[in-house]
Amino acid sequence: MQEASPAQVHAPPTSFLRKHVFSLDHKVIGLQYYGLALAAVTLGMVLSWLMRFHLVWPTVAVPGLSLISKVGAPGGIITPEYYLSLLTMHGTLMVFFVLTNAPFAAFGNFFLPIQIGAEDMAFPRFNMMSFWTTLAAFLVLITAFFIPDGPPISGWTAYAPLSAIGSDAGPGLGWGQTLWAISIALFCAGSLLGALNFISTTLDLRAKGMTLMRMPICTWAWFITSCIALLAFAVLLPACLLLILDRTAGTSFFIPSGLVVSDRLQPHAGGSPLLWQHLFWFFGHPEVYIAILPSMGIVSHVLMASMRKPLLSAKVIIYSMLSIGFLSWMVWGHHMFVSGMNPFSSLVFSFPTLTITIPATIMTLIWLGSLYGANIRMTSASLFSLGFISMFVSGGVSGFFLAQPSIDIYLHATYFVVGHFHMVMGVASIFGVFAGTYFWFGKMTGRMLNETLGKVHFWITFIGTYCIFMPFHYLGLVGNIRRYSTFVDDFMGPLMPLHKFITIAALITGAGQLIFLFNLFHSRFWGKPAPQNPWDGTSLEWSIPSPPPWNNFGDVHPVVYHDSYQYGVKGSKGDYVMQDSPEQVVGG
Amino acid sequence: MSESQVAVHGHGAMMEASPYAIPSRKLTMWLFIISDAVTFGACLMAYGYLRTASTDWPTPFKFYPSILNVIIMTFVLITSSLTMLGAVDAAKLGDKAKTTRFMWSTIFLGALFAGLHLREWLGLIGEGVRPFHNPWGSPLFGATFFSITGLHLLHVVSGVIALFVIWRGYTRGTLTAGHVETTGLYWHFVDLVWMFVVPMVYLLSIQR
Repeated sequence: MQEASPAQVHAPPTSFLRKHVFSLDHKVIGLQYYGLALAAVTLGMVLSWLMRFHLVWPTVAVPGLSLISKVGAPGGIITPEYYLSLLTMHGTLMVFFVLTNAPFAAFGNFFLPIQIGAEDMAFPRFNMMSFWTTLAAFLVLITAFFIPDGPPISGWTAYAPLSAIGSDAGPGLGWGQTLWAISIALFCAGSLLGALNFISTTLDLRAKGMTLMRMPICTWAWFITSCIALLAFAVLLPACLLLILDRTAGTSFFIPSGLVVSDRLQPHAGGSPLLWQHLFWFFGHPEVYIAILPSMGIVSHVLMASMRKPLLSAKVIIYSMLSIGFLSWMVWGHHMFVSGMNPFSSLVFSFPTLTITIPATIMTLIWLGSLYGANIRMTSASLFSLGFISMFVSGGVSGFFLAQPSIDIYLHATYFVVGHFHMVMGVASIFGVFAGTYFWFGKMTGRMLNETLGKVHFWITFIGTYCIFMPFHYLGLVGNIRRYSTFVDDFMGPLMPLHKFITIAALITGAGQLIFLFNLFHSRFWGKPAPQNPWDGTSLEWSIPSPPPWNNFGDVHPVVYHDSYQYGVKGSKGDYVMQDSPEQVVGG
Repeated sequence: MSESQVAVHGHGAMMEASPYAIPSRKLTMWLFIISDAVTFGACLMAYGYLRTASTDWPTPFKFYPSILNVIIMTFVLITSSLTMLGAVDAAKLGDKAKTTRFMWSTIFLGALFAGLHLREWLGLIGEGVRPFHNPWGSPLFGATFFSITGLHLLHVVSGVIALFVIWRGYTRGTLTAGHVETTGLYWHFVDLVWMFVVPMVYLLSIQR
């Protein structure tokens, strides 16, 4: 090896800008990602409120909304098109800027280097670039709200040809859609940079004694996630570029011949809308695992500290995550069962989709089996971890149904699908983020979050999300179609009381999140000072002060003697032995 | 004996340097190459998909000028890979003069490739090929041709710029032989991609 690893070369930051804004410090970048995700999730949640509100009170004006969009909400009443704009922006913000940023980029940036005993990421400058590229993507996307045409109406999946032909197809499909495509292309670039950095850091900067199998499970989860991201975003990036070409350079990659839209024959020929779906879902399905794997890792990590014993097998969890990562590449077609593929391909995609349930079930059984007989410490973090398992199972079970083409043909594009993916990917992943926040906030900021508020927040969120998303399954089974802004058909009329219930539950659950926001901001400044190791954890992040100094471990190079989870053993500090403690483990 | 005990008694804190360990920069270049290969793969897949789905895909390339030009371009690019190998070897030995000669040969050949490619583009544009139209058949011929070869050309041009920057840094002593080697990896990858582009984009479209 001819060169020193580049992480050791950067000096302590001195200027304000270098410390807090254009910081090269992975911890500051992690917090920046967290802040971005927080902004995005707040906006995304408000959008979902507006949608839910409009669904059940379509004639009641939303005060102030007409100020944001005169065309989309004249007099505060949302038009059907603007409803689709809200839907598109909600999905895009949540999937890209929340579910990818919060569990993966935010926590991963902050804790991956610390957990492997490194001073920083392998390439701090790349790391800074990836955050600022992601922020630019966010700003470009938000700009779509403020242009006259409004945001696009094609959904977060931006199905072609709707997304490809321009303003003929409807409001928001002019500049709004172009901004969307540019934003996602930027997001891809930022995520690719981040993924490169995560993988190199994990492979090259581990402390002495930190073998791969000694890494904490969440480090493994971030590592596997970055491997998926490295390949997934590499497909979405050219797909977005081709979409931009279709929209601006007159090409017809995704537009078929003879398409008449708004009474105008489109000047395109020869393309294939199905190609967009293939490219998009080849990214899109792995993206689901980019959202959920980090949360699985965080939850395993938190649970072990709460249960005071290791999981039945941490290794099997890691192997299961690896096989999920591998299988995620073979299942994209299950999003396209009704898109007009050969029915035989549906079978081909159905089989690996059902196969994925095997590692997912193994993981669930390991969590549940480990919980059996555990004397669990009921903290907010462990409550949210248990909530994660609950959501993952409840949302995952409906996946068995959707994976079968014959059943999916009936359920496709109904609320059943919406309920399924919100629970298993959205809410479950967010529960992982909450668990991580309550667990690590002290380490990240030096102040502890308020536990009582955290538990209140948990119960409101837990019960609330079940009240919101469980009825979605029922709605879907009786044929309630998704993406409609009003339900005027006879057969959907009787469903309105249920929709009202969901909307009220959504408003209450959303209001419950204000407790979390209050807790974050209040505890940040006036919370209890965080001790070095508040949860008696064993991994390396608990061996350094809260918050950690700029170079994490001071001038010491940590040495690792154990695997990450020496709980339930007799150590000098109690029932655990730290990873970097040279003491021999007795019992176990 | 529990797993944890094995961990303690078995390995302790000692970890040998792995024989597979490679410097972060080189590892990251390999990862970038994997990722970029997927990007090119997606583009070529899209091309194959669209071409198979079309009934009027044109096959316009004649031996002269297009195919001959491509043969020369391929020869130039492969030769540049060879000179790049020389540069990496010379840089490892610390021979700055030789590294300079080899790197500038690579830069020259890369620029020549880009020039020949632009000539090819201009020729086709002169024949009426546009991203959205061509005189012979499916408009996607031009769209796929310009986007795939354009993406490759972008890689070549960035490679030439990178080679220049790395050369300057290496001769001034701010960059190391490791940087030259990593840039070499990238350059060979760009060469390898061309080996997929030539048969799929050009040779499958020879005039019949």
